[in-house]
Amino acid sequence: MITSRKSKLGDWIVVLICVFVILICLLPILHIAARSLSSTEALIKGQVGLLPIGLNLEAYVRVLEDGKFTRALWWTALLTVIGTLLSLVVTTMCAYPLTYEKLKGRKFFNTVIIFTMFFNAGTIPMYLLLKSIVFLNKPIVLIVPYCLSVFNMIIMRSFMNDLPVSMRESAEIDGAGPIRVLWSIYLPLCKPVIATLALFYAVGRWNGFSDALMFMNVREYYPIQLLLYNLIAAIQSIDVVSAEGGFSPGLTESLKAAAIMFATVPILLVYPWAQKYFIAGATLGAIKE
Amino acid sequence: MDRIPNVSANNRGLRNYFSRYWTLYLLLLTPFVYIVVFKYVPMLYIQIAFKKYSLVKSLWEMPWANNNGWEYFIKAFNNRDFIFALRNTIVLNLLDIIFGFPAPIILAIVLNELRFKRFKRFTQTVAYMPHFLSWIIIAGLALQVFAPSTGLVNNVLRSWGFEAVPFLNKPGHWIATYTFLGIWQSIGWNTIIYLAAITGINPELYEAAAMDGAGRLRRIWHITLPGIRSTIVVLFIIRLGYILGSEFDRPYALGNALVNNVSSVIATFIYHFGIRGLQFSLTTAVGLFQSVVGVIFLLAADKLAKKFGERGVV
Repeated sequence: MITSRKSKLGDWIVVLICVFVILICLLPILHIAARSLSSTEALIKGQVGLLPIGLNLEAYVRVLEDGKFTRALWWTALLTVIGTLLSLVVTTMCAYPLTYEKLKGRKFFNTVIIFTMFFNAGTIPMYLLLKSIVFLNKPIVLIVPYCLSVFNMIIMRSFMNDLPVSMRESAEIDGAGPIRVLWSIYLPLCKPVIATLALFYAVGRWNGFSDALMFMNVREYYPIQLLLYNLIAAIQSIDVVSAEGGFSPGLTESLKAAAIMFATVPILLVYPWAQKYFIAGATLGAIKE
Repeated sequence: MDRIPNVSANNRGLRNYFSRYWTLYLLLLTPFVYIVVFKYVPMLYIQIAFKKYSLVKSLWEMPWANNNGWEYFIKAFNNRDFIFALRNTIVLNLLDIIFGFPAPIILAIVLNELRFKRFKRFTQTVAYMPHFLSWIIIAGLALQVFAPSTGLVNNVLRSWGFEAVPFLNKPGHWIATYTFLGIWQSIGWNTIIYLAAITGINPELYEAAAMDGAGRLRRIWHITLPGIRSTIVVLFIIRLGYILGSEFDRPYALGNALVNNVSSVIATFIYHFGIRGLQFSLTTAVGLFQSVVGVIFLLAADKLAKKFGERGVV
């Protein structure tokens, strides 16, 4: 490639834009991390920037000592594991048969399933259904009602459709039934798409908020996001007061920062490892059939 | 299994087929029951949009609403809160389209121009991160970073001699912050599809252009942009189709009492007046209105995309 002086300048501009994007994405997290580790005096004086001032781990100790919060963390982790496993099983059970071109009724199943992507009954009908089948305020309401994402199913189906049919056909000639083919040929080859969907489902459940807000009012079953929201809503009202009346904000600032870190760090630890998988998944999902 | 249309095949062939493939139907059973119970059965409850909801009566016994059943639709459109929610839904979506739609295209082009592969990967990894954070977490970050008295941004502004900005506490500022945070959350993730489209461009085109002495901007304008044009058009039209769609978590988590007039959208209206306010008929009517208009817009968007000679979305 020709490297004139002009294109060198261009290279630097491109690098600068990327550095800017990196900073904008990372700085808020760094700031909250710094707040969670700072002393209350430094926080009230507004001295905390990107590094903790007056290093203090008390916020973390107190969040961990608070039974409600740790219990919500474990509960959400449990929900995430169970929910993700169930979702992956149901998604596979849905996607795999639909890849058989000669499946009788395939068109019917496809239409019935895809239609729900474009039209849904709405929140209140869902609420009334859950009420009438006695799911409301039961732990199951956080696992079952949204366990299958049609969008994710389509991602898996397109991935399976791209696998050579000849493999399946030769296995069938050897006498293998559909389940056998799924178990010993498709599933091993589908590892990348399973990893992608596992990430999507797990992040979705870990971050899930509105279903708990609407369908769950038993405090012991609150997932982490709902607990966090209640905490943050409290910050908000305090800050609104301080914006108007000039009161100093509460001393629990660092506590709230620490709580945010607890909900964020698991995600930050997981998603980079799945990057090569989810890029393929996200691209497949955009190319709908 | 009686649903399967009996295609002229002879009985023996059919029996052969089922003895071979019945397990496929067994697999489909669970997801199919799920879809019916959690996607189609709720549709039965849509009728309460046209009926007077009653806690004690069954779905079929409830009396029809006035005005031939349209009572609650008429009520909705005479309801100030609903009109605000409808207006805000459209305004916030339009702002997301105007500012949020071009952002990832620009970033994808910039990333494509980046020559240092490792740095490119790092930038991508970092830029994908906000997509994985919940709106509750983002609201928590935003409230601390943008807080009027103690937030980082306002501290910096004050130390430079500016006035503090009420990012989330005044309607106009709130709308801007809401739009900005939307870009922050989605810009990196949405580059994925454009970067994939850019990969599909024939590299010989770039080489030929470089030989002809075309500069960077001209290559972007004449090769990269036309190369991803169809992706842009399709995604833009789909996005237009969702103009009446409303997220719940984002406006709900970012909103507060001072900005309710601009932050309430259809989804939060349904939550406040339905699940909290128990006005089930009214909010089911609102939800039905949103769904039906959504389908119409999407079908129109699909037609439009096909008119542009692109693959449709439906």
